[in-house]
Amino acid sequence: MTPVLAFAAAGAVTILAVLLIVVALVFYLVSVIVQLRKITAGLDEVIAGVGEIVQKSAPVNGVVTTINEQLDAGVELLEGLLVKKAGMTDAVGLVEGLYAGAGASGFRSFPESGTVKAPRIGEVYTRGTLTLARLGREAPIAAGNPAGPALRDVERGSLAARLLYPESRQAMPESLPRSPVIGTDAPVQYEQREDIGAPRKRLPKH
Amino acid sequence: MILWWIGDVVLLAVVLPVVVYLLRAVLDAAKSIVPSVQEIAKVAAAGSKDLDAAALLLTTQDQATKTVAGVANYGGSLDVILDDAR
Repeated sequence: MTPVLAFAAAGAVTILAVLLIVVALVFYLVSVIVQLRKITAGLDEVIAGVGEIVQKSAPVNGVVTTINEQLDAGVELLEGLLVKKAGMTDAVGLVEGLYAGAGASGFRSFPESGTVKAPRIGEVYTRGTLTLARLGREAPIAAGNPAGPALRDVERGSLAARLLYPESRQAMPESLPRSPVIGTDAPVQYEQREDIGAPRKRLPKH
Repeated sequence: MILWWIGDVVLLAVVLPVVVYLLRAVLDAAKSIVPSVQEIAKVAAAGSKDLDAAALLLTTQDQATKTVAGVANYGGSLDVILDDAR
């Protein structure tokens, strides 16, 4: 082989090798670019979804906090009312009777309630029964049969029930308006509207 | 001349395989990311859809406020009706 041919052959092999390397670089780099474009498109979808999540969940914190505050206020109100009306001992006993073991944790607004020894359920139940019985005597609607007469006189029944209470409780309701009397025999009859019970007006079809 | 041939051999036997190996590894890694991103996109879309009911929290807030107000009214009435413990 002449030196010229030898150089030419070596140069051709070099060019072939470089060409192969360039082809490999182009093929794989283009493939990587295609995959990266897919990744970019997928990340765009992810960003859109995450953006919606952030947007939708933005007011949740404030709303839940407000709801919790409202519920806490309701719990404090009911606990305070229960303690005020039933007394601390009976209130704890009532809670213990309804939810066994709950009396030990006590009330939120009354830290000392956790140390109160809950009474027997029977004692609390008896007191509650008396309370319900007193409320029942004052119930404004007490008809034994819808077709028959009322069991209590609507004019005098309330006054009779008031006699069961001390004078301090009798005087206050005197200035309050009385409950309205309803029914066909009510002293105040309202004019019946003509549109009640009539067929519903239909709009003309377009 | 001999060194040139040796360079050609090295180019074809060493450099080209190494380049192909490295580029293939990069391509495989890029391909493996695509399914994960697509799964994440699906999960994000599903999570966003799950939060559609979050708007109802405003109604819940309003209802809770009204309920507590009603309870407060009942509590006030009970406070008047019932005797205190002491």
